[in-house]
This record gives sequence, structure tokens and C-alpha cells, in this order.
Amino acid sequence: MQPQPVVQLEDIRKTYRNGELEVHAVRGISLEMHTGEFIAIMGASGSGKSTLMNTLGCLDRPTSGRYLLDGVDVSGLNRNERADLRNQKLGFVFQGFNLLSRTSALENVELPMLYAPRRVSAREMRDRAMHALDIVGLAARHDHLPNQLSGGQQQRVAIARALVNEPRVLLADEPTGNLDTRTSVEVMGVFQRLNEQGITIVMVTHELDIAHYCKRNLIVRDGLGVRDELVSDRLRSEDELAKLNQAEVLAKLSHA
Amino acid sequence: MRIIATTVISLRALRRNKLRSFLTALGIIIGVGSVITMVSIGNGAKAQVEAQVASLGRNVISVFPGSVTTGGARGGQGSSNTLTVEDALAIKREIMGAVSVSPELRQGNQVQGNGLNWRTQVHGVDPDFLSIRTWNIAEGDMFTDNDVRSTTKVCVVGATIVKQIFPDVDPVGQVLRVGNIPFRIVGVLESKGFNYFGSDQDDVVLMPYTSFMSRVFRWRNTVNNILIEASTPEAMERVQLDIADLLAQRRGDREPDFTVRNQLELAAAASKTSGTMTQLLAGIAFVSLVVGGIGIMNIMLVSVTERTREIGIRLAIGAHDRDIRIQFLIEAMILSAMGGILGSLLGIGISHTLSNLNGWPVLVSTQSIVVAVAFSAAFGIGFGFYPAHKAAKLDPIEALRFE
Ligand SMILES: Nc1ncnc2c1ncn2[C@@H]1O[C@H](COP(=O)(O)OP(=O)(O)OP(=O)(O)O)[C@@H](O)[C@H]1O
Ligand SMILES: [Mg+2]
Repeated sequence: MQPQPVVQLEDIRKTYRNGELEVHAVRGISLEMHTGEFIAIMGASGSGKSTLMNTLGCLDRPTSGRYLLDGVDVSGLNRNERADLRNQKLGFVFQGFNLLSRTSALENVELPMLYAPRRVSAREMRDRAMHALDIVGLAARHDHLPNQLSGGQQQRVAIARALVNEPRVLLADEPTGNLDTRTSVEVMGVFQRLNEQGITIVMVTHELDIAHYCKRNLIVRDGLGVRDELVSDRLRSEDELAKLNQAEVLAKLSHA
Repeated sequence: MRIIATTVISLRALRRNKLRSFLTALGIIIGVGSVITMVSIGNGAKAQVEAQVASLGRNVISVFPGSVTTGGARGGQGSSNTLTVEDALAIKREIMGAVSVSPELRQGNQVQGNGLNWRTQVHGVDPDFLSIRTWNIAEGDMFTDNDVRSTTKVCVVGATIVKQIFPDVDPVGQVLRVGNIPFRIVGVLESKGFNYFGSDQDDVVLMPYTSFMSRVFRWRNTVNNILIEASTPEAMERVQLDIADLLAQRRGDREPDFTVRNQLELAAAASKTSGTMTQLLAGIAFVSLVVGGIGIMNIMLVSVTERTREIGIRLAIGAHDRDIRIQFLIEAMILSAMGGILGSLLGIGISHTLSNLNGWPVLVSTQSIVVAVAFSAAFGIGFGFYPAHKAAKLDPIEALRFE
């Protein structure tokens, strides 16, 4: 028997209405995702990737279609029930980091636990936040403010925050969009390790090589899924980092 | 309810922006501070008036010109100056219980002496005036009944006159010219300081009322008021009635044109006046408290807009609308409670400083502190509610898109 999919989309449509003008951002996407998958959604700008991600993240409601998360129909839930879903089952990493400014990395990561339906003690909150920061390699910087961290580090804090409530699915909208090559590879390394531990990950990316770190690629065009394929020549972040290091050493040697 | 977690969130949010938090609370700090200061000053003034009136002596009765109720057109006190020296003499002669009687005639006048000059109040009184007013002579002597009878050109002066005209000479025996008439100074009055209306009681020259009428203010025999001291507090009511009867009788068919008041009535009137003043001051201060509350609302509203992204992040991460509403409410409450506490300290501090500076008795009332702090807390909730509601209604996606 096939196990139940974590995410099941059935003919999802989203239409934005600006006065007279209707924009059909998503025009009927059906999709199944299973535990342990690592999917990249790709497509041109304006093709509806973010709209789809926001729907998956229960931040936005589709105009029509059914969305089952862990077998539960999300469209039947009210505002606060969806907030609890976002808090407990979904971890969202935003393109623009969206950390609270003037708030330490640790407090940012603690935030989802403050809104957890079950009360978490201050001690447990701190321990779990430190653990999440440790996973992304930032435990030593837990007391730094966002403006004291590099872009890649801020993105890793955002990932730690998304992880801290142990979600079923980690959603990331262009997590490497603002990062240079090296930091992008590092962030993909974090994702790959998390995925190996069994977390389902869906991310949006523009970049073909970033998509190659994932297991499955979904191509969207004009609000429709046009291709859905497994990645055959998958990249591993360790290998790519090693290559990058080597290239840098060479560059320095040639300069010398 | 995630009250504890939300309180932690609110405290963290306030701590993140200390300056804004302080400025928001400032309105309440000033409001509460001024309510407490104003009420303290008012209460102090009231207590001082009562003390001063009491110190005038409980047995003192005053007669003012002007009637209280005469039907038809009526003037205020002092509007018809028809109380005369003869009335005072009649009281002295005929009222049994009146142990001391003094008319009081007043006029502002330029005085000169020792090559200096000064504008002051010149009073024509009887020597009894001092005992009625429980006033003593510091140096020299009071003029006598003999001086009254023979309209001698003598006077006693207050401490301010000494300071202004005889700073380096012994004033007793010196000549003081009132208008152009020379008066010999026979004594110096004990200093009384300022009264509750802020006028200097030592800025005064006393002379026999007969001399005043014949030399200073020649064509006048009406008096500003008559002071009478009754033998005992018990006799006072009787004496008061007798005086009223006597004066009415002296006027025959004419409408009564005088008012007889005793010290207790004056005390009650004065403390009522200063009570009204306290209320007025408190009212003005209360307005500033309301303005402080509106300030909190204003800054909270601005901060909801400014923090739209923050609210979006919180909602996206799993905050319920209730969590956001309570967070903003708690922030407003903490700010106004902080404002209330700091404002109380400020008010108490200012009250004590004022009382040290000018020697007023300043009575800080616990009641005013409780009321001011309770109102500021209420304003915190009241004025925090709308911004909090506005924040809670935001849509997470739109809030996140907000730039
Ligand atoms: N709030 C909105 N109101 C109206 N139209 C919208 C809104 N959000 C998105 N759209 C439209 O929906 C379409 C899909 O937008 P979406 O943000 O999903 O694209 P995208 O694939 O994420 O693009 P990009 O790669 O540039 O981020 C676009 O044409 C966009 O203009
Ligand atoms: Mg997008």
C-alpha cells in the first residue's frame, strides 16, 4: 500500500483580482509529495511559484482546489487553525530572511515556540533554539543581532527558526536568491543534511544549478506545472565546496 | 491564553526600542506628575489658608461695608462705602462683649525717608488692631490711645519698609514722609511674611486712624472694615448679632449696607475658595493626562504601521490574531504603568522641591497618586485598544509584503 502523501494538491487555482483585471497566477496544479522528498520548483519570473509556495505554506488560500496536509483538508480551517498549522507542521524560509530586527538570533529562533499551542518552558525554549542554531552551524553566534550577521548567516538563522518546531515540511522561497555562490552552496548543504535526516523540503529557485542539489524538479510556466522529473546528476554540497576551495587556492596561487 | 509568552514578547518588543518606549511613556509621566503636583500645591495652599485664618484668632469678627441681600439691585461687598468710624466707636461704646475694636482704613501711598522712597499700603487703625490681629512689635512701641485722641503724626512700620528705606539705620525715631507729611516712626512690626494671596504683609505702615483721616486722606471718614474681638468664643455669636442690630438701628430706615462675619465663616469661605482652586488645578493637570493618553495611542498607531512587517512575521510563524492584539495591549499597559510610576515619583519630587524653595506646605495626597495612576493605566488600555485591534486584523501575506 502506498503511504499517505504529506502534501496533496488537487487542481489548485489562484486568481488575483485588481478591479477589472484578473490575474490567473496558478491555473490548476495537482501534486503529491511524500515524506523525505526534496523538491525544487522552477520557472520564469511571474510564473506563479511564490503563489504556489504561499498556498503550500497556508499563508494564502487558493481560489479553488483541494489542499490536504497530512490528510487534513486545509481549506476547511479558519485563520487561527491555519496559524497553528504554520506553527507546528510547516517551516517557512522567506526570500528576504524576515528576521525580527534588533532581536538576537536566539530570540528569533525562539519565536515559533512562543506561539506554540502547547506552552514551552523558557529553558526548553532556549535548549531547542540552541540545538536548531547548532544544526545550521551558528550556535556560537546566538547572541548576534541580524545586522551583525552576513546574508548567508541570516538565512541560516531563518532556517533554524523554520526548523525549531520540527515541521513536517520545510518550505523555502528562493532561499539562495540573495546569496553569492559559496553561501548558496553552504545553505544547500544545510538543506541536504536536513533532508537526509528525513525532513521533506520544498524550495523555489531560479537557478538551474541550485535545483540540481534537490531530488525532484517541478517546472512551472504560466501557472501550470509543465514538467516534473527526478534529478539524475545530483550535486552534493561537500563536493562543490571542495571544488570551490580548490579554485580559490588556485586563484591565489596564480596571483602570487 | 498565552499570557506569559505574550508578556515576554511585549517586554522584548519594548526593550528593542527603548527610546520610543520612553517617549511614549513621557506623555503619561508628565500628566501624572502634574496631577500630583497640582493637587499637592492646592492642598498645601488650602491647609495654609486654614492655618492663617485660624491664627487670626477664633474670636475675631469683621464688619465689611456692603450688604448681603437687599432685594432688587445689590452691590458686592465694599461697593457702597458707607461704614464709618462712628460705627466703630458706637460698637466700642455699646457692645458688651466686644473687648477690642479697631476701624481699618487703607490706602496705597508713596512714602519717603532716609533719602529713599517706596510705594506701600498705609493703614489707619486703633492700637487694639495689634492684639486683634495677634501681631507684635519687634522694636520700639505701638502708638497709644493718646496718639489717637490727639491725632499725633506717628507710625509703626513693617519689616519691608525697614528693608527698603532704612536698610542701614535704626528706623525708630526716624521721620517717614507719607505724601508730604512727616511722621515719626515709634516702632517696627514683627515680620509676618507673605499671605496666601501672595501679598507681602510686612509692606505696611500703621498709624492712628485719626491721623490717617486728618492728614493722609482728609475728606474721608468711611472705613474699609471694622475688626472686633469678642471676649470668648462662646460670646461671639451674641456679639455678632448685637453688632448687626446696633448698625441697623443706627441706619434707621435705610437699607442695611454692611456685612458682619466671624472668623469661622471667613475660614470656611477661604478654604472653599482654595478647594475650588485645587479642583481647577487638578482639572488642568487631568487634561494633560488625557493628552498623554492620546500620545500613547498616536505612537502605538504609528508603531503598528512601522511594525507591519514584524506583525506579518509573527502571524506567518503561527501567532493568532489574539496574540497580536494582546501583545500590543500589554505594551500599551506596560508603557502607561511605567509612566504612572515614574510620573508619581516626578510629581512627589516636584512637590517637595517647590515646598523647599518657597516654604509652602505641600501635601502630597495618596488619593491623587492612586487616582492618577489608575487613570493612566485605564488610558493605556483604552487608547491601546484601537491600535492593537488594527494590528491583529492584518493579513499575514500583505503584512509581509509591506515595505
Ligand atoms: N497580490 C497580488 N495581486 C495581484 N497579482 C499578483 C499578486 N501577487 C502575485 N500576483 C501576480 O501573480 C503572478 C504570479 O506571481 P508570483 O509572485 O507567484 O510569481 P513568481 O513565480 O514567484 O515570480 P518571481 O520569480 O518573480 O518571484 C504574477 O503575474 C503576479 O503579478
Ligand atoms: Mg516569487
